[in-house]
Amino acid sequence: MIAIVDYGAGNLVSVKKAFDWLREDCVITSDPSDVEKAAKIVLPGVGHFASTESLTHSGLRDATSGAIGRGIPFLGICVGMQWMFASSEESPDTKGLGLLDGQCERFPATVKSPHVGWNSIDVNSSSRLFRGIPSASFVYFTHSYRAPMTDATAACCEYGGRFSAAIERDQLFGVQFHPEKSGEAGLKILKNFCAL
Amino acid sequence: MLTKRIIACLDVRAGRVVKGIQFTDLRDAGDPAELAHAHAASGADEIVLLDISATHEQRATLLDTVSRTARQLFIPFTVGGGIRTLDEAAAVFAAGADKISINSSALADSTLITRIAERFGSQAVVVAIDAKRSGNSWAAFTHGGRKPAGRDAIEWAREAESYGAGEILLTSMDRDGTGIGFDCDLTRAVAQAVRIPVIASGGAGGAGHFVEVFRDGAADAALAASIFHYGYSRLADLKAELNSQDIPVRWPC
Repeated sequence: MIAIVDYGAGNLVSVKKAFDWLREDCVITSDPSDVEKAAKIVLPGVGHFASTESLTHSGLRDATSGAIGRGIPFLGICVGMQWMFASSEESPDTKGLGLLDGQCERFPATVKSPHVGWNSIDVNSSSRLFRGIPSASFVYFTHSYRAPMTDATAACCEYGGRFSAAIERDQLFGVQFHPEKSGEAGLKILKNFCAL
Repeated sequence: MLTKRIIACLDVRAGRVVKGIQFTDLRDAGDPAELAHAHAASGADEIVLLDISATHEQRATLLDTVSRTARQLFIPFTVGGGIRTLDEAAAVFAAGADKISINSSALADSTLITRIAERFGSQAVVVAIDAKRSGNSWAAFTHGGRKPAGRDAIEWAREAESYGAGEILLTSMDRDGTGIGFDCDLTRAVAQAVRIPVIASGGAGGAGHFVEVFRDGAADAALAASIFHYGYSRLADLKAELNSQDIPVRWPC
């Protein structure tokens, strides 16, 4: 069972729809005990970095972080990926999980923000999440803050400079773009996650 | 490289896709769910579904149509028409929309933009502006283009951004349904006035018009309806043409 974590931010229907299409058993839940029992965890998220604070109050942060510690595959989407970093300029007082070094930053004034639309990504060929997805594939982004490049970067994107479009370390995965909205390429990425 | 988006629009009335010429004279063009999937398969970057009769007939947005269309659609899906409150917006999101588009209701109460953006994120709020040339400027209209809003379209776009709009869907009423090309002057004026993406709409008749609105109109995306529905122009052919003219598009897709 895949637990899709509901922390009151944005709309989880699209993510569930994609897993349903792939015929994967999944549930949208805000109950920490569901997260503790899950075989895999997906943390979607659109909107504000501060919205992740409700994860702390509801006990979902501890449940998620405990599961990650036990090696349960975890996929953060959009703000869900940014939450894996220590912090974000968007809400400096909100603490991320800090599993990855660095801070998420606003796009520079040289480009329109938010970054909305289909952009191409450069993929690290050893990535398990991107198996079968070649570099120069297009995926759908919509965000105003971006994660830095790190040694865990599995795919990068160029928009006012390079940033992490995806990260991957052991069983920890994150994508800045929306795989559930990225057509065939996105569904393939979710399928790869399910197959881990 | 960030690509220019081609958006297929489904104007829906009573659960069927229709397309009018300058907002009237409606013809039947098919089932929304079937058309959305066909457009996605042939390379549309996004789908917009507008319930065009909702505002003036005071009908609720067609949640069934939205949910049926969204079920197997894995590209961004925007729904507009007759959304007047945060609760109505929430119901449309729950039915499977990724973004909502508001027009008359945002002009009537701009805090609606902020309230939806605070709950669902700015990326989920598209403010649609129907603009008509009036001398050297453009006036905004509401209620499916039937009522002047008493607002300058460019000023309103700027204000909508400040209230939290994530994108502007800009329709030229002068060009809508004519097939003679987008209003590049209008599109450029708005695109230069705001930092958020601008979707040009109204007037698409062929690939050359898309090239113009991306190059001269500074549009981030362009939307069309009738040229795709009746088979005048296959989306895949349009993207191939744009690609050959060095407009960055998602291709192949």
